[in-house]
Amino acid sequence: MAKTDKSENKAAARELAFGGVWQYAPSIEGTDHFTIQARHELFVGGEWVKPKTGEYLPTINPATESVLSEVAMAGAKDVDRAVAAAQQAFVGWRRLPAEQRARYVFRIARILLERAREFACLETLDNGKPIKETRDVDVPLAAQHFFHHAGWADKLDLLFPGQHPEPLGVIGQVIPWNFPLLMAAWKLAPALAAGNTVVLKPAESSPLTALRLAEVFQQAELPPGVVNIVTGDGRTGAALVRHPGLAKVAFTGSTEVGKEIQRAVAGRSVELTLELGGKAAHLVFEDAALDQAVEGVVRGIFFNQGHVCCAGSRLIVQESVHDLFVDKLRRRMQRIRVGDPMDKNTDMGAIHSAAQLARIVELVQSGVDEGAELFQPRCELPAKGFWFAPTMFTGVGQTHRICREEIFGPVLSVSTFRTPEEAVEKANNTSYGLSAGIWTDKGARILWLASRMKAGVVWNNTFNRFDAASPFGGFKESGFGREGGRQGMRAYVRLKGALSPG
Amino acid sequence: MSSSSPVEFRVPPVDAVALETRAADLGTRSLKKQAKVQGLELAIAMMDLTTLEGMDSPGKVRQLCAKARRPFAARPELPSCAAVCVYPDLVEVAVQALRGSGVQVASVATGFPAGRTDRATKLREVQLAVGDGATEIDMVIDRGAFLAGRYGQVYDEICAVKQACGEAHLKVILETGELKTYDNIRRACRIALLAGADFLKTSTGKVTPASTPPVVLLLLEAARDHFLETGRMVGVKAAGGIRTAKDALKYLVLVAETCGDAWLSPHWFRFGASSLLNDVLMQLEKERTGRYQRPSDFSAD
Repeated sequence: MAKTDKSENKAAARELAFGGVWQYAPSIEGTDHFTIQARHELFVGGEWVKPKTGEYLPTINPATESVLSEVAMAGAKDVDRAVAAAQQAFVGWRRLPAEQRARYVFRIARILLERAREFACLETLDNGKPIKETRDVDVPLAAQHFFHHAGWADKLDLLFPGQHPEPLGVIGQVIPWNFPLLMAAWKLAPALAAGNTVVLKPAESSPLTALRLAEVFQQAELPPGVVNIVTGDGRTGAALVRHPGLAKVAFTGSTEVGKEIQRAVAGRSVELTLELGGKAAHLVFEDAALDQAVEGVVRGIFFNQGHVCCAGSRLIVQESVHDLFVDKLRRRMQRIRVGDPMDKNTDMGAIHSAAQLARIVELVQSGVDEGAELFQPRCELPAKGFWFAPTMFTGVGQTHRICREEIFGPVLSVSTFRTPEEAVEKANNTSYGLSAGIWTDKGARILWLASRMKAGVVWNNTFNRFDAASPFGGFKESGFGREGGRQGMRAYVRLKGALSPG
Repeated sequence: MSSSSPVEFRVPPVDAVALETRAADLGTRSLKKQAKVQGLELAIAMMDLTTLEGMDSPGKVRQLCAKARRPFAARPELPSCAAVCVYPDLVEVAVQALRGSGVQVASVATGFPAGRTDRATKLREVQLAVGDGATEIDMVIDRGAFLAGRYGQVYDEICAVKQACGEAHLKVILETGELKTYDNIRRACRIALLAGADFLKTSTGKVTPASTPPVVLLLLEAARDHFLETGRMVGVKAAGGIRTAKDALKYLVLVAETCGDAWLSPHWFRFGASSLLNDVLMQLEKERTGRYQRPSDFSAD
């Protein structure tokens, strides 16, 4: 039996073929279980209010370029109104017994999970990321952040013993488009648990899930004004971070805008945390579990189309296994399914916007021009929408732009090292310092390397794993402040050293 | 037969967490409509219908063979199973019952399932089964020797069995549930591959856990790497504990996305199962008619 097959296969070239025998039929997630209203107003003081600007901005589906809805453009006066509502709500919210605040936050988490499918679909439509990710990562993780922080609300004295933690006041939070719901949860959960009130500004190109979160707040009967949501473009964000009524600004986004915000709050009594860009390194040693490291590298750079601040965009692999590892990566990249984000079998969805696609294209061209070797698997990209194939550059030097600048797209640059010292030096040779990945089977080496990485998060034999209990944040131009866990709570309380007895 | 040097049995480390994550991740593939039907029909063609009980009798084996030839009388266009797997003393019965059908006769041997007997007896058992017409031999490795670090002994024994098989295909049962760690399993794969195995097989079905998705993923990676290294294709058989059509499709996804198109064939991937077939048939009928049939609509053999 099978003899002819065998001899034929022996003669054939030693390569693997994928997808020619058994094709997965489309498995499209349904959208008939929810509707998207044609227009969204601002959420201020627990109500939907029209913007004083009278302007609205469209938000599109990046996979089809069709308009999903239009959202209000908040101007300075709208921001004023939102901050005033938050200030008014702060009086009652901070005095509420902590365990009651915990109940609200817990309720938000529960309702979010009950409506998980709706949020996952909406996020995928508005952002372009695959339904597999919104379903299995974004939404569950967002809920986990509310669950986790609900637990801290009445235990702040245990977190900061003898330091009398108090809420700060009104927090202005500006969040990015790459994880619209998750970033809202990261920011809102600790702020609310600590007794602060919030004005949240979602990204102009992905505002829908944050706005739907307002429905969850209403359903949870969160007191009016505790969370206010102002949509709009960069002008809205600028008005918010400059507002004198804020006690703190929390921002996640680009390093460029982060620096602007830092200038805007300078000289004011306003606390600031910034979570900015990154150019994370994966260090792969020859003794690593290479097949699993391949999975980690793929997850590190192609998760969410590479629109991840902590994406592992620089692969630095020991020279002795470079060829083997790159071969494995190439084969693995051929199996990444790029296409309709609503298909449950899609691994990589649409690039979020035309502007982001243009930036990726420009930087990839620079890689080619500067002499790195480009690899892209054969894949058919849809005609409409914004798409970019998974991309790997080999032969990349430390001076290449693709090795220094954050691309924020599905582009991996590969270079080599010879000794552990060289690996550390190359990994740290960047203006950023958000995350790093270490791939080795040697426990002692993991510890040696982790202590030398100038990065806020160091993953060992894994990558892009998140947990509400684990602090996340950067070094250098990746920002400061932490989100998640005890360290994250610290950013939302004011501590007092000494009080008179009684 | 000379022992191979232990250096050759060196294997890359396996990260358990990441391996299990990858297997679970591939387990979320959503297979609908044509993809589901095609996958399930393929699963039938890849099935080694198995009966390995003390109470096995010629009558039982004949009935199983009839089912392997034509799994579902109402749908004669469905493929036959790949093989019927029995104990050596029933090989003759199966050979007769399957003559002309193209369905292979597989026999377990080498002191199945524990393998705790001397080598001469093991080889004699293989010779008997092959002499009676078995075209596939499912041997068990000596787990005692493996866990004691006597890899050369395990290797030598597989080589000897391979020689005794002659033309018959050799499936090497690693009994992964007794090897425990993925590193051990990866090393056992290496030994079997170097010794000339035609198939890597997970389990006897007599030990829990039997086949699991991460273990099969690991075997597929070993087979894939061996092919890329040497140009020789080796099959993988997932055996034990696979009972539902849904599970079978998950394994096929592992094959499709690890080894690719060439392995999506009964020549290179098998399911060893006794109760899986009826669930596959029930799901196929559901896809065809839109309704679930009663379990009693499918033959009990």
